[in-house]
Amino acid sequence: MRRCRTCGPSSCNADSVTAASNILERRDRRRGWVMVTPALGFAALFFVAPLVTMAVVSTWTKVGAATVRAWDLSNYAAFFARPHFVEALVNSLQITAIVTVVSVLLAYPFAWILAMRVPARWQRLAILLAILPFWTSYVVRSYAWLLVLSRGGVVNTALMGLGLIDAPLEMSATRFATVTGFVHFFVMLLTLTIYASLKQLPPNYARAAADLGAGPVRTFWHVVLPLTLPGVMVGAFLTFVLCIGDYVTPQILGGNNELVLPQVIMLQLGRRSDLPMAGALSIMLMAVVTLAYLLCARWLRDRPA
Amino acid sequence: MRRVASLAGIVYAAAIYGFVFLPVAVLVTFSFQSGRLPVPPFDGPSLRWYGEVLADRDLMAALANSALVAVGSSAVAVVLGFLAAHALARHRLPGAAWQRALLVAPLTVSTLIVGLGLLMLAGELGISKGLLLVGVGHVVLNMPLCFAVIFAGMTEAQRSAERAARDLGAAEVAVLRLVTAPMLAPPILAAFFLSVTFSWDEFIVAFLLSRFDVTLPVEIWSLLRSGLTPETNAIGSIVFLVSIGLVVLLELTVFRRVGRT
Repeated sequence: MRRCRTCGPSSCNADSVTAASNILERRDRRRGWVMVTPALGFAALFFVAPLVTMAVVSTWTKVGAATVRAWDLSNYAAFFARPHFVEALVNSLQITAIVTVVSVLLAYPFAWILAMRVPARWQRLAILLAILPFWTSYVVRSYAWLLVLSRGGVVNTALMGLGLIDAPLEMSATRFATVTGFVHFFVMLLTLTIYASLKQLPPNYARAAADLGAGPVRTFWHVVLPLTLPGVMVGAFLTFVLCIGDYVTPQILGGNNELVLPQVIMLQLGRRSDLPMAGALSIMLMAVVTLAYLLCARWLRDRPA
Repeated sequence: MRRVASLAGIVYAAAIYGFVFLPVAVLVTFSFQSGRLPVPPFDGPSLRWYGEVLADRDLMAALANSALVAVGSSAVAVVLGFLAAHALARHRLPGAAWQRALLVAPLTVSTLIVGLGLLMLAGELGISKGLLLVGVGHVVLNMPLCFAVIFAGMTEAQRSAERAARDLGAAEVAVLRLVTAPMLAPPILAAFFLSVTFSWDEFIVAFLLSRFDVTLPVEIWSLLRSGLTPETNAIGSIVFLVSIGLVVLLELTVFRRVGRT
């Protein structure tokens, strides 16, 4: 039974109860709006409005030093017409695909060892240690790999010291360096997400499979792996999004031999200050990420439970 | 057979640990180099380059700017995220699902695009680039995380406590300040520290939106142009130490408390 505060339980009739609860509900809603509006306003002003601006600017064109502010899709036409733009997209997709696959393949067994083989009381320390280098600055991390892979760097010195090679290998300013830098970061990220999904798996499942006569390999293949696959997929999607949009790692480690899409976007800002083209390229980048998201969401939905 | 498998497991785990720590070990080791090049042979240890870093005015100014932007933008992001989380968890609002979607949407867009969009908007409106704009960009990037972390930390037990406080005559602001916020201290602190570490480290938005006053990652970026130098190793090691310090602080203050309760 609802009681209304203004008139007290004795004199209250149904109508005034409804009226009072309506007032309360309206007041509750008003308070909610007051609290959510600053955040929504901020997001609208500094996230949505910039994206809309970018979409509009991408339809303008830069002619010489002047910007023609008229609706025109020539930037998008240029994207498909000029081979170096398409090449950058292809490079981005190839590097991202390699990085995602290699990182998952390296991180999964590692996360499995941490979750299943390391004694429970050491696990927290083990996982904290495994992601410790995560906290190095993002620019500095790529620089550190540059040191490791440079001509006179640690890897070349060690390989030459062991007599495995005679002359230093050229590893910096290559795709190999870019991929190594990315894989380093995403192995840590994926170890964390895969470890979390392995820990969520009730231990009874593996025991039940063993009781039913499955060996460790079959248990893993038919029970553990399928049940952790959605977690892997989420981690892989995160890897894809962060990797394809990154400028720093390919710029520092890959150099200018082969450009990826974010590097080409940044080039538009530098030389000619061609904001419209940079906008159009960014929209293309967003389109690729959205497409990946849709494919990923669809896979997660259509999977037999 | 079992022993071989577990030996292989140990070797594999050791190899991954080695791979993950290799660049950090090299970075820190050669920050103590005494020569001009941070590559083998190691000729230290020397604190020469740490001295250079501390004497470098630009780096120290950038360090202060970074701290300012990180703390300021995180505070704003936490307050906005907290209010929004409370509104959407405790009040019935129309279109709540859409509001939540809008609030977390920046997580799905690459930071380069967020920064570029802000650059274009600021250009059209005639707003000049600078630390304030960098801070705004960092709030955009951090607010989704703050909102999600605090929203996930809200429980039904807290709702009853808030109701009790209201029935005892507390005004709405007092309820938030004296009941809700203290009960949500662990997720609020976690959101704040995560935002600080993220903002402190963020490069691309800061690079696009700053002009003369730059943040530390941007200053380090311009240091890289002069090639490999142990000075970059030294500043990189300092940044790493600060981040680790924040993480340890977070672990000791927030997660210990969560573990105990």
